[in-house]
Amino acid sequence: MDAIILQILNGLDKGSAYALIALGLTLIFGTLGVVNFAHGALFMLGAFCAVTLSRLLTLSHTVIDETKTDFLGNPLKVDMPYVNDIFGPEIGSTIIDWSVPLSILFAIPVMILIGVIMERGLIKHFYKRPHADQILVTFGLAIVLQEIVKYYFGANPIPTPAPDVFRGSFDFGAAVGMDPNVIIYPYWRLIYFAFATVIIGAVFAFLRFTTFGMVVRAGMADRETVGLLGINIDKRFTIMFGIAAAVAGVAGVMYTPINSPNYHMGMDFLVLSFVVVVVGGMGSLPGAVLAGFVLGILESLASMSAVIDLIPGINQVIIYMVAILILLTRPRGLMGRKGVMEE
Amino acid sequence: MGILEVKNVNKRFGGLQALGDVNLDIQENTVHAIIGPNGAGKSTLLNCLIGKLEPDTGSVTFDGQPVLGRKPHEINQMGISRVFQTPEIFNDLTVMENVLIPCFAKRDGAFRMHAVGSVASESDVMETAEKMLSDVNMLAKKDVHSGALSRGDKRRLEMAMCLVQEPKLLLLDEPTAGMARADTNNTIELLKEIKASRDITMVIIEHDMHVVFSLAQRITVLAQGTPLVEDTPEKIKGHPKVKEAYLGEAAA
Amino acid sequence: MLGLRKSDATLLLFVVAITILAPFILNPFPTNSAMAQFNGGYPDLMQRFVIFGIFAIGFNILFGLTGYLSFGHAAFLGVGSYAAIWMMKLLTMNVIPAIIISVIVAGLFSLVVGYISLRRSGIYFSILTLAFAQMSYSLAYSVLTPITGGETGLQPKNTDPRILDTLFGGGGAGGRANFFGLDMRDSYFWSVGDWSFVFNTGYYVAAILMIAAFYLSIRIFRSPFGLMLRAVKSNQQRMNYTGLNSRPYTLAAFVISGMYAGLAGGLLVAMDTQVGAERMFWTASGEVVLMAILGGAGTLIGPVLGAGFIKYFENIVSKINESILQGWFAALPDGLSDFMVAVIYPFIGKGWHLTLGLLFMLVVIFLPGGLVEGGQRIAALFRRKPKDNDGGMSAQATPAE
Repeated sequence: MDAIILQILNGLDKGSAYALIALGLTLIFGTLGVVNFAHGALFMLGAFCAVTLSRLLTLSHTVIDETKTDFLGNPLKVDMPYVNDIFGPEIGSTIIDWSVPLSILFAIPVMILIGVIMERGLIKHFYKRPHADQILVTFGLAIVLQEIVKYYFGANPIPTPAPDVFRGSFDFGAAVGMDPNVIIYPYWRLIYFAFATVIIGAVFAFLRFTTFGMVVRAGMADRETVGLLGINIDKRFTIMFGIAAAVAGVAGVMYTPINSPNYHMGMDFLVLSFVVVVVGGMGSLPGAVLAGFVLGILESLASMSAVIDLIPGINQVIIYMVAILILLTRPRGLMGRKGVMEE
Repeated sequence: MGILEVKNVNKRFGGLQALGDVNLDIQENTVHAIIGPNGAGKSTLLNCLIGKLEPDTGSVTFDGQPVLGRKPHEINQMGISRVFQTPEIFNDLTVMENVLIPCFAKRDGAFRMHAVGSVASESDVMETAEKMLSDVNMLAKKDVHSGALSRGDKRRLEMAMCLVQEPKLLLLDEPTAGMARADTNNTIELLKEIKASRDITMVIIEHDMHVVFSLAQRITVLAQGTPLVEDTPEKIKGHPKVKEAYLGEAAA
Repeated sequence: MLGLRKSDATLLLFVVAITILAPFILNPFPTNSAMAQFNGGYPDLMQRFVIFGIFAIGFNILFGLTGYLSFGHAAFLGVGSYAAIWMMKLLTMNVIPAIIISVIVAGLFSLVVGYISLRRSGIYFSILTLAFAQMSYSLAYSVLTPITGGETGLQPKNTDPRILDTLFGGGGAGGRANFFGLDMRDSYFWSVGDWSFVFNTGYYVAAILMIAAFYLSIRIFRSPFGLMLRAVKSNQQRMNYTGLNSRPYTLAAFVISGMYAGLAGGLLVAMDTQVGAERMFWTASGEVVLMAILGGAGTLIGPVLGAGFIKYFENIVSKINESILQGWFAALPDGLSDFMVAVIYPFIGKGWHLTLGLLFMLVVIFLPGGLVEGGQRIAALFRRKPKDNDGGMSAQATPAE
């Protein structure tokens, strides 16, 4: 029982990441009708926004610390971040410590900009072309983006820690009255889950309660009619692309303490996110979120030793097996609308 | 007994009764037109006949064989061909290749692994296809990319693709929709020639009364998913019920 | 000739000539010259050219003709490789049984995957194939370790039974992969002045198979079957209403292309007698997509060109490092040479993937017919024939040259 709860908790953070990426993919597919293979790259770019900001914050100049000496007795040279010069050492080091959460503020405008440039510069020209062409050109773009990141940041994962206060773990078992030290769960993962919930809630609220969102939803249902009403749907779709990019980006930012970012993390997540979208139902936002969490938790449960003993290797393939089963028995996915790319 | 029999066919879409108890008996070697106002269920009926839609109840038999539940390619192999409202051809292929494909379907059936010999060496099929193209006056264009054809030519090509299979029944879904008068008249002439030169049954769905009265030997009037009357063109013209349901709109 | 029309026969002769003369064509620079690093005529790379050529030709039969975009073809290549290495371990180090079994096993596996995946089309088909390939990769890495060797992979060992070799004594070539005693690794070196050329057994075995594979693909393209596959791509609905069942046609194309992939996988093993699961990873499937499209999907020669292009980049251009670049621009003034190096460096050496990605995007955006179409356009510019329009049309209608 303990093990099951633990695995469900473990599945939540991966599920959150799947859900956030799948949400963005679905927004793009639902509004623009484009299959975006570069969406994983946006997740990766978000993560590297965090890396960039933390590097910017720790930009330093060398100062001589008179109070300390090195082993030869000379005064010690230490790196002094400019942030400390500006804000003083205490606030400065707090800012550096909190660079990952701060990166969200940095990543949102950057990612929206990247998204808008991508849509205006490239994707726009592919609306009327076959889905295969869309897959191919965005696949090419994903390669280009990840190679650029690799050129500037190298091929190795870059550790990007969470703020100190969140580095511990939360004793979930003790909190619900079970034995302590059985169900231990890192704070940051809880935060990631909470964060994902907030973002998902915000996107849904935005689509449901704002005029903008209503137009976009109407456009998802029937683009032509909305266009006939004289509403400039293209402009709104561009903004949607920016938002989807930002969602993927902040998902990447917050994921950095869980998994040190590397240039190919986008591709790793993309393959699974596509599977998630398909299971959830192409074009269904709630489906994408639901499937993201379900598959994340299923993957986690399947890696329990009891399960692996029973069916060896199941943890490696469970997601794909579920996807194949769903596609064959219920091609529109868990919550997909009828007729969306069914054949 | 007719070549195509439709018995008590019903089809609902949610709350909408698209077809209600449709009975039709189409005689061999006739041109039978189905007319009716918009939304009368003409296209739904046609889609039920070719396996694109499955009716909720009822039966359709062709040549004594049940049609329902079969896949589109099986229905075609029984001898039913269809001309679409907007010509459905292989736009990426040449005119000749477009006609070769149904020739192979006629000769080899729904699937045959024929992967080594070249198309050009299949002289019997090549001859049939060329003869067909010359029948519809398109032989000169045989190497043209068919996507580049005019709409009228595409229509003729599609007819050629259907006819080369020597179907017993040809279904035509508004064959002159969106055509200029001259093209429409050409199509009427083409259909008359086709009818005169072979044993073939045709079912035409059409809005254009000029086309219907030039070609049809029998006419069924469909209104709100149910056949209203079925008779010869002369009688349909003066029928009060038809005027009320259909022509009435224009007369009033 | 050989049941081909004239233009196809010319193309085939061209490919035969290129593959036979490859050791010369690929080593145009004297061994000691500065340009020698651009020589591609060493056995390992030449083998890769033809083997991945086979892989891409097969992929093109599926994607180029039917338009079904598979993102999991590396799985068939991997399965073929595993089958081949087991044949070598159990029966004989002669490559022929290994190659035959790799084609058969990959064919059977693609039959299963295709039967399921082809029930959907479009993006769903792509994702199903991707899912199958990733599943195969994960399984090969974990549970199937007894069969696949897991992370370490498989290679022949002295303790292998090799029943046929033991039966007929030795097996020749000292336990190396061989073709009836001819060691696949044997090479004949020929030096002419400053030039040196290598003729490798393995390369020629693979080259002959590639020529056969290419010939077969021409026959398929020109056959009624090929016509039907193009019909699938053009208008599947019309095809079904014309009395043709598109499913078995696409399945047959899928299995044929899976068998090509298996052949490529078997040949890889025949050359270097080792397998690892990484060759089934989905990026490997992506690579064959790149090859076919870069060269020209739906054309006969395109995939071969694409495979050659990418493998050349991967092995030659990727080896150019910063100091070599600096050497090239040393003659320029200091500032300018640094600038040139800084501009070019990201695109070559380890950054060759970036160039590849950019090229690929450009091809998808501007040149759907790939390098072949590019070549045709350039040729058309020079020719300026009055019948230009007509030429463009028939090229599109019969994707061949």
